[in-house]
Order: sequence, then structure tokens, then C-alpha cells
Amino acid sequence: MCGWTTRRFRILDFRFTIYDLRFTIHDFMMAFIIKRLILLFPVVFGVLTLVFLLIHLIPGDPVDLMLGENAQIADKETLRKQLRLDDPLGKQYLLFVGGVIRGNFGNSLHSRKPVIELILKRYPATIKLTVAAMIMALLISLPTGIYSAIRQYSFMDNSSMFFALLGVSMPNFWLGPMLMIVFSVNMGWFPISGDEGLHSIVLPAITLGTGMAAILSRMVRASMLEVISQEYIVTARAKGLSEVKIILKHALKNALVPVITIVGLQFGALLSGAIITETIFSWPGIGRLLIQAINTRDYPLVQGCVLLISISYVLINLITDIAYSYIDPRIKLK
Amino acid sequence: MKRIQGVKDSSEMFRNKLATVGLFIIGTLIFAAVFAPYLAPSNPFEQSLRGGLNPSSQEHPLGQDKLGRDNLSRIIYGSRISVFVGLAVVGISLLIGTFIGSLAGYNGGWIDELFMRIVDILLAFPGILLAIALTAVLGPSLNNVILALCVTGWVGYARIVRGQILTVKEREYIVAARALGAKPPRIIMHHILPNILSPLIVETTFGMAAVILAEASLSFLGLGAQPPTPSWGSMLNEGVQFLLVAPHMTTFPGLAIMITVLGFNFLGDGLRDMLDVRKD
Repeated sequence: MCGWTTRRFRILDFRFTIYDLRFTIHDFMMAFIIKRLILLFPVVFGVLTLVFLLIHLIPGDPVDLMLGENAQIADKETLRKQLRLDDPLGKQYLLFVGGVIRGNFGNSLHSRKPVIELILKRYPATIKLTVAAMIMALLISLPTGIYSAIRQYSFMDNSSMFFALLGVSMPNFWLGPMLMIVFSVNMGWFPISGDEGLHSIVLPAITLGTGMAAILSRMVRASMLEVISQEYIVTARAKGLSEVKIILKHALKNALVPVITIVGLQFGALLSGAIITETIFSWPGIGRLLIQAINTRDYPLVQGCVLLISISYVLINLITDIAYSYIDPRIKLK
Repeated sequence: MKRIQGVKDSSEMFRNKLATVGLFIIGTLIFAAVFAPYLAPSNPFEQSLRGGLNPSSQEHPLGQDKLGRDNLSRIIYGSRISVFVGLAVVGISLLIGTFIGSLAGYNGGWIDELFMRIVDILLAFPGILLAIALTAVLGPSLNNVILALCVTGWVGYARIVRGQILTVKEREYIVAARALGAKPPRIIMHHILPNILSPLIVETTFGMAAVILAEASLSFLGLGAQPPTPSWGSMLNEGVQFLLVAPHMTTFPGLAIMITVLGFNFLGDGLRDMLDVRKD
């Protein structure tokens, strides 16, 4: 069907008209993407508001808390002016939002440098760690989950699912130090802390990725179990295809669809897990910067870190949702 | 006793070995928390500077911390913090979540729309980030940890209650109750909630695990229980500073956290199977 046609979709009680040349599955996808983009606005607005309010939730005078009660009055006044705390709340909010839109998150109280500059300097290290943790989690979870599914209730299946529960329950602020004792102190294989090349990322990535590996292996197993009982798998077997081909070509391809969503959502969750992992391993990322900012009561920097991590999380979820709608054509606009 | 809807067989949980192990771990935890003064071999606050950082000995099976305090006693007392924070956060979140979820699910319309947007905003903060940010500005204390964890904790329960109410509110027995003139609060309390207990029980069990882990994380970061209160997270924080000379200070509190969380996860998994709750 070609030519300009019009379709109307009801999204959030508003009516939108979409112009498109062809109306097939893309109608739904486009509407889905538009719906997700529209939903993004109240979320980002809410995140901005909550982050703005953080500084106003401080009991007592925020300036006293940041500089200490014994600080000089002139210094306190300067900071009060810098943070515009004497302005009406509405004006402060508008200035805050305007600043964020322009990429101005204010200045750090301690280093006096722009918050955005400090954050962007640390951000690549966090992304590097998060990606490494995700790769590690996938390397463990895919073979484990697949094997558990095709050998359901076997010793290996039961053991790997037990270890998966163990992995979910293990606090990463304990696993990290334990790995340090074994692999850094006793064996000397990896450096204790810092970012000094590729080998220094191994322990932080294992620490951060273990919980994820546990979640994913359970997910891969469940998804594979659902797929291998489908009729098309029985047909593939009846055709005489090899088991390896059936699993890798026919089953895994379909089983991975829901797993991809979890990978996307968990990638965002890893960002918050990185806060603790980076603190343990003195990894120079945004998580460690946040904890340092909390310890030094550098609240503009705290606000900046929380805002950037949250916005990254929201955007990763958005991309995951959109990618999922492309990967799985069964997704329709509900 | 009322039978919970969806239970396949009451003895099924005891056949589920992992759930039984979970129940045993939780029972031990609660026993330790309640009877801590009788179980602890010594006063958890009593210092002995000569014994600082000593490893395991006959007198102190799990060693001593930097101030010479008995690690075992502090771990036993630390269970009180975990149980207290877990119950407080899950209890408060469950109440708030059930109330808001019922309101949104039963009424629909703009109330539901508003609720969904608030949920979207709160879910936009990953993991414990919001809790870290809130305790950072409110000040480090256990009460603030409870408050911070409740801010996001109610969302999960509210979503479950709302979703369940949406599926049952048009069923015949609800329509019949409405036709008989029952008011919404009565319909929700007497007709809907008893029928959606199963997923709530499962969520509560997993919720306890998550809250205990979150409290320990915040205490580890120095934002939760403050010294000299014995909390597993803060003990781990102290232990990491002496990792090379006294690894026992890190090992045992961490094991306590892991075993406890594992217990709740075992039980949650078992209950989910037993109560036939769909895995999401």
C-alpha cells in the first residue's frame, strides 16, 4: 500500500496523527516509539524535580552543613549566593532546569571546577567497567543457562541454579574484598585497586557482574525451557537436524528475545551497582565521585552525579524498549 | 485459618528442600535477633584494645575487631538491625503500596494515570541510587535509611496490587458485592485483597532480602547505622580498612549478610512455586 495515508493513535488521551507512506507493522512501531518518547518527558521532569529538591531536603541550613557551622559568615554568604538559596523556590527551580538544559550543573564546592567537567571526566571509566561487567555476565550466563535448560533437573542444572541464587544474594561489597584477598593479595594476579590497564578491570568487572550473571542465567534457562517445548523445535527434531543446530539456530535465537530486554534493563541497574564496586576498588568512575562528594558534602556534585546516572538509566531503558520492539515484531501497541 | 488462594498443597513447601532451608535460616535469624542478649558470648560494645584485630580464638571464635570487640557478639546483635530495618521498610512499604495500588486500580481514571507517572519517575532512579542520595542529604542514621528505602519500596507492592485489582475487579463476585451496595473500601478489604495475597506474600519475601541487602549497602557506605551500633554493613566497612591484616573482620559479616539474603531468596522461590505465582 503506497501513497500518503493517515492513521490516528490514541496515546495518553491525546490524539496524534502520523503520516507515513506504508502502513504495515511500522504503524505500531512508530506509535510505540512516539508513546515511549512522550512518556520520557514527565519522567525526566520528575527526575529533575527530585534532584533539585535534594538540596532542600537537608535538615537545617544547607550552607551550614556544607561549610560547617564555624565557617566564616562571608564564605557562607558567597555560597548562599552561588547556590541562589535566597531566591524564591520557583525561581531557583527554573534556574536549575535552565542550567541543566544548557549543560551547566554549577560548580563543585571543593575543587571549584564545573560539575559537568568533573562528571564527564569520570564517566568513561564507569561505562568501561559496566560494559566489562556485562560481557563477563553474558560469558557466564549464556552457556550456563542453555546447558541448564537442555539438561533440566540434572546435577549441573541444580548446581548452576543454586549458584545463581547464591550470586543474587551475594553482596558485591563483600565479594570484592574477598576477590582482592584471594587474587590480589595471595596470588598477586591482579592489582588491588585503581585503573591501570586491562588486567585491573578484571576483579571489579567480576564483582559487579556476578549478580547480573546470576539473574541472566536464570532468565536464559527459563526462556530456553519455554522455547524448546514449542512445536517448531519438535518439527526441527523430526527433520533430523542435529541437536547443536536445533539449540543454537532455532531455539536460542527466539529464547534470546526476552533476555535482550533484561540485558538492557540490567545494564542501567549496573550503573548504580558501580557506585559500590568503584568505591571498593578505587575505580576512578562516577560512582566513586558520588561517594567522595557525599563524604565531602559537595552537594552540587552529588546532584550532578545522581542526575547523570538517572538520565543515563532512563535513556538506556528507552533504547532497550525501542530495540525490543524492532527485535520482536509481535510487540503491538496495546 | 483461611486457605490462601492458589496454594497447591500445604506440604509442598516442606518437600521443596531449598524453601525449607530458607525457612530454617530465617527462623535462626529471628531467633538470634530476639534472643541476642542471651546468645551473644560477650557484650558487643566491650572494648579490649590489647585484643584489637585478633583472629579466631577459643574465646572469640570469629575474632575481634580493631577495638577488640567480639565479632561473633556483634554479628548476633547486628541481626537485630537487619530484622528491624527489613520488617519496618517492608511493613511500611506494603501498607503504602497496598493503599495506593488499591486506590489507583479500583478507581482508574486520572488517579491511576497520576499514580503511573509517579511510579515511572521513581523507577527512573536505578537501584539504591535514590536511597543513597536521600540518606546523604538527610544525614546518616537508621531512621533515614528506613525513610529512604520506603520512598521507593512501596512502588513494587502498589504495582502488584493495582495489576491484580485490574484483573479481578470486573469478576462476578465483585460485581455482585457492588450490586448489593458494598462500599469500595469494604469490597477492597473483604473481597479483593484476600484474593490477591499470593503475589504479595512472594513479593514481601523477596522484598525482605532486597531491603536487608540495601540496608547493609548503605551502612557499608557509612550512610546507615553509625558506630558503635553493630550493623553487618558497617562492620564490613570497618573490616575493609583492615583487609590485609585482619580478613576475618570482612569475611564473617559478609557471610552473615549473604546467608540471610539467600534464606529469603530460597523461601521466596519456594513460595512462588507453591503459591503458583507467575514468574516475571
